[in-house]
Amino acid sequence: MALNVKAGTRLHSVVCSTEVIVVRAPKEALDLRCGGHALATESVPLPVGVEPEPGFDAGTLLGKRYTDEHKSFELLCTKAGKGSLSLGDALLQLSGAKPLPASD
Amino acid sequence: MNLSMLLDMAADGAGDRVVVGPRQGGLSAAQLWRRAHHAATLFDRAGAKHVGFLDVNSEAVPVALFGAAIANLPFAPVSYRLDDDHLDEILDRLAPAAVVVGSEEVHRAVERDGIAVITRDVLSRVVDDDDQSTTPPASDADPDAVAVMLFTSGTTGAAKAALLRHRHLVSYVISSVEFMSAHEDEAQLVSVPPYHIAGVSTILTSIYSGRRIVYLPTFDAESWVTAAMTERISHAMVVPTMLGRILDVLEMRDARLPSLCHLSYGGGRMPMEVIERAMELLPHVDFVNAYGLTETSSTVALLGPEEHRAARASESDSGRARLRSVGRPLPSVEVEIRNADGAVAPVGERGEVYVRGEQVAGEYLGRSLLTEDGWFPTNDAGYLDEGGFLYLDGRLDDVIVRGAENLSPGEIEDVLTEHAAVAAACVVGVPDAQWGEAVAAAVVRAAGAQTDEAELRSWVRARLRSTKTPDVIEFRDELPYNESGKLLRRVVRHELAQLKESRPSQIP
Repeated sequence: MALNVKAGTRLHSVVCSTEVIVVRAPKEALDLRCGGHALATESVPLPVGVEPEPGFDAGTLLGKRYTDEHKSFELLCTKAGKGSLSLGDALLQLSGAKPLPASD
Repeated sequence: MNLSMLLDMAADGAGDRVVVGPRQGGLSAAQLWRRAHHAATLFDRAGAKHVGFLDVNSEAVPVALFGAAIANLPFAPVSYRLDDDHLDEILDRLAPAAVVVGSEEVHRAVERDGIAVITRDVLSRVVDDDDQSTTPPASDADPDAVAVMLFTSGTTGAAKAALLRHRHLVSYVISSVEFMSAHEDEAQLVSVPPYHIAGVSTILTSIYSGRRIVYLPTFDAESWVTAAMTERISHAMVVPTMLGRILDVLEMRDARLPSLCHLSYGGGRMPMEVIERAMELLPHVDFVNAYGLTETSSTVALLGPEEHRAARASESDSGRARLRSVGRPLPSVEVEIRNADGAVAPVGERGEVYVRGEQVAGEYLGRSLLTEDGWFPTNDAGYLDEGGFLYLDGRLDDVIVRGAENLSPGEIEDVLTEHAAVAAACVVGVPDAQWGEAVAAAVVRAAGAQTDEAELRSWVRARLRSTKTPDVIEFRDELPYNESGKLLRRVVRHELAQLKESRPSQIP
């Protein structure tokens, strides 16, 4: 399921506690997933006994940014969970954004 | 996407880390979270529509800021130095409101119908881990809701209320700061007042990065240096007038602040000799020049440490001139210079600075200044160089129109302050029968130095040209600044206009 998102959109995993926020929006609708299942725009009660799919279960890290191989968008993890983020079947990578010096 | 999300993340990811106050006994992220929730309950119960804050700096500032966000109310820090008329006007606009105060005197001044006064001590009350009264309100603040209202200093007419929505501030934080990237030893000394945009943004960026905030109730250079030493401060942000005074104290005490590694400055024009003196005195410190406005959620461009060092070491005039630059836009921000016709100006040409980005609010209560495609006209004059570095040239309103010529006060001020006998200068346009406006300057002599009007006039004429040479120069002991360190040009303009009127023109 392709999602149209903009900067600031919050997305929720349907298989674990992962929550992300869109930092840099993609130009087109994307099939964003966590634990192998499409991310939802609303927080839903997690079904009992559902686990991330094998291969999509390495987990997310709080405060880390994630992007695809083309760096065409950026997500920030605001709540960690057991699932892994992916675009379709391709796992997202940690984005090594160049840190800015503190200014205030 | 709101401010409470940032605090949730900090409390979730690094709950034990001390984020406000002294290393021993300061508030951890988890404690701040609990106190902010407690504050939200108090604000909620008061039936408030706004949370006012009328006090000096203390740990109550972040408690109230996040408390207001959790209660889904705008946080409106107000200057505690306002006269009664301005204070009444602002309180009328905030009511019904909960207002946080620190002193008996302010308490009495604020108390009235529609205002629930909450003392700083109540906000600082220790909240037990299992306190049930800290249950947060069910609704999460809308990203589009107003998070912060800041009143512009307005000494003429009604104060304007700049609005910053949750999405602006959160975008600024998450696009410019790496979560919990600070080392546990890092500490940020905050001495700008809570009603300054930097006083708000530093809370968000410091806590998100895990850097402990140490507050000075108000700024004075002696206390700043003492706190920097005893609290082993690693980071600080100052406005230019503060830096000059800090350097004086450091020299007097022969102190060099070995723990300090990072000093950012902004909020006004930094005189070249002050930043050069700072780099000389504190060679171990990374300096950052930040350009930002209230309406842009703080920083939109910055000149980093390496750029400072490269500029200082440069052999060429253009290389050294980079020290006057406010650097390049943040990756998440676009900057354009537009000329009077609204067209994008070529490199090197002076015009109005426009900015665009997720963090740019550009809005006052009742009206947005953003163009249809999201650009904010800053009213700052400036230009970009071939490397994309931004140079500021004062406010557009401050441009002096002499005859048909537009003159930049900043350029003339820079030449005046390059003179060894000049400590500070303010150049303004004053009414002139022949030219429309004439150039006038208020000058503060360097300690013990001697110079006079004729000498400074020929100094400027030799470096610029006669039309840029001040018609009137007045020597003073000091220039007028507001409490945020901004030069009060309109005060100087008014006084010099009167002086000019009382004597005949000196330049034909």
